Amino acid sequence: MTETEVFMQQVIYGLSNGMIIALVALGYTMVYGIVELINFAHGDVFTLGGFLTLTIVGALGAAAIIDPANLGDSSHWLLLFALVIGAGIFCGGLNVAIDRVVYKPLRRAPKLTQLVAAIGVSFILVNLALFWGGAPMEVFGGGNAAAASKDFPELLEGRNLLGEDSNVVLRLEDVSIFIITIPLMIALTVFVKATRLGRGMRATAQNPVAAKLMGIDTDRVIAATFMIGGFLGGAASVMWSLYNNTISFQMGFRAGMDAFTAAVLGGIGSMPGAMVGGVLIGLIRAMSDQYIETRWTNVVVFGVLILILIFRPSGLLGLKQREKV
Amino acid sequence: MKIKLIRSAFVFTALLAPLVGVGGALAESTIKIVSSLPRTGSANAQTTSMVNGIKMAIADVGGKIGDATIVYEDWDDASPQRGNWDPAVEAANADKAISDELVLAYIGTYNSGASKISMPKLNAAGLVMVSPANTAPSLTKQGFGEQNEPAVYRPSGKISYFRVVPTDDVQGAVAADYAKDIGSKKVFVLNDREVYGKGVAAVFEKRAKDIGLEVVGTDGIDTKASNYKSIVTKIKQSGADLVYFGGTTQTNAGQLAKDIVSGGLKAKFMVPDGCYEQAFIEAAGSRALEGRAFITFGGEDPKKLQGKGKEFYESYKKTYGGEPEGYAVYGYEAAKVVLSAMERLSKAGTPLTRESVRAEVAKTKDFVGALGTWSFDENGDTTNRTMSVNGVKDGEFEELKVVK
Repeated sequence: MTETEVFMQQVIYGLSNGMIIALVALGYTMVYGIVELINFAHGDVFTLGGFLTLTIVGALGAAAIIDPANLGDSSHWLLLFALVIGAGIFCGGLNVAIDRVVYKPLRRAPKLTQLVAAIGVSFILVNLALFWGGAPMEVFGGGNAAAASKDFPELLEGRNLLGEDSNVVLRLEDVSIFIITIPLMIALTVFVKATRLGRGMRATAQNPVAAKLMGIDTDRVIAATFMIGGFLGGAASVMWSLYNNTISFQMGFRAGMDAFTAAVLGGIGSMPGAMVGGVLIGLIRAMSDQYIETRWTNVVVFGVLILILIFRPSGLLGLKQREKV
Repeated sequence: MKIKLIRSAFVFTALLAPLVGVGGALAESTIKIVSSLPRTGSANAQTTSMVNGIKMAIADVGGKIGDATIVYEDWDDASPQRGNWDPAVEAANADKAISDELVLAYIGTYNSGASKISMPKLNAAGLVMVSPANTAPSLTKQGFGEQNEPAVYRPSGKISYFRVVPTDDVQGAVAADYAKDIGSKKVFVLNDREVYGKGVAAVFEKRAKDIGLEVVGTDGIDTKASNYKSIVTKIKQSGADLVYFGGTTQTNAGQLAKDIVSGGLKAKFMVPDGCYEQAFIEAAGSRALEGRAFITFGGEDPKKLQGKGKEFYESYKKTYGGEPEGYAVYGYEAAKVVLSAMERLSKAGTPLTRESVRAEVAKTKDFVGALGTWSFDENGDTTNRTMSVNGVKDGEFEELKVVK
């Protein structure tokens, strides 16, 4: 492999991983933008999305759908979109339910109380995933080892799109991430910029009290935010499972940490910031694995984060926030 | 100052009192044997198999030593947060065993890193510890780890830790030799940055260099990463035709195997005995392993054991109705060697205490067990050196070569 090929390959991997991180990061940043809560449970909502996806895939387990010989025909794309939407709605609904049951009663409580509540919810969800992992299904290994990593079947053809002789590998998994993530991000941007509810979200983010006085139903806006954030997390969990072919009850921990880092890097509360931050973290990881050493990757990622925060305390695209404690 | 001294003397005596009671309690004819093995996480299937082995060994002696009844407790040293062994849990297990005066033997651990935590504690308490699965050489031998190893694990100066499985200085070398046998020329060595994985990878690397293989790169992976596609690209660039990973199923060997395939790397993949369990094949999916993965193991395929080992295999299948995992027989042997030491003491009329059991286990010589005839050497290691190299076929391990 030539240097250019290696670089191209790492860019592909960096972008693919980064897009997934960006989708999860949007969930953190949107919720923070509206209610100023770091929703630590978001990563675990993402995990449950992965478990739901595997359950559906297992339940549909008819050979016709997962038969390797059939990989790549259009029914797979249909299945893929159905999974994205199914997991998205599930995670969005779960997120809204968590907000209704846990965060809403604490809305006026001190920020620290809300934060600890979020960590508590995170623990509950992790254990739920652990319990789910023991489901007596074939795709869950017969339910013998709940905590074990689960093999996620290959739903997309594993062929190299650049030709079998090419040193650079670009597979449908990588492409599908772009195909699904980019439209989602565009749709989200349009939604927030151009719709009535989106305008309500922006207003609530700027000043919830004023928004309420202007007649905006802030509770509905908040619920919509949790729904959209959760939906993106659910979509990301499908992409993640498809891309890594493994799910485990701990997958949300690392994904959540990366995404949270991305949100902070890009400026928490800023949606373009989360997208840029996610892609940037994906790229930094790939480049560090290649040009430094894997064992130093986490050091590099957080080193960059600290550097950026020193020079731009509110993140890359973050706006100067008014003090509000 | 003087008053303080006197007071601490009082406290000391008070603390000692329950210890003096140990002798009395033992007369109450109950002996406890505990095991500390990972029950939460993908190693659970392997652990179940080892625990079954331990239970079989206890059943062999009728659950009794002399008049004393054996009570066996199966403890978990993993936690759901880690999905793998947990230092805090292992430390708590060791403390619990030490404080329960009926406990005369501690069987564990599965992971060498976990033993690092419990070894010094148990050694100070004089409690014998027999591991069915630890292979890191630095636990018992000098020159493989830090300067103060293994002395730091033996605060009492006595040997109280024993293992029935050959160590990684043998395993890593066998792996490197086999890599050469199958025609590899350039190897890339990865490890999981744990005691066991790092140790065995270092031995592999050294041996590989000694026998003329080119080591084109080394690195320690992040065991919680979502995928290893980037590092696979780096390996591809290095031109390696074999990737060695010192690690376990629990430290993401399965994901690495998958990413080698999806990254289009046509190299072979070699892993040590921490992956010699069905869970590894399940995690990686056999499509990523067949024909390209090689797993070394300090022993033989249970199906191929001879003599007492064959009896064990057949009786295991009859009792539990399934194939034993690779380490089942080591669980059996670990318990067996402790029990036979206890039986010898009981026959000689020596009271069973932690010290007498420890000393008797250390004397084990020419023990005829399921793994053949072997002894404990002066470090507490087995003299058994049997190793095998396995491949994967039709979703199961297949023995390719045995080295004795």
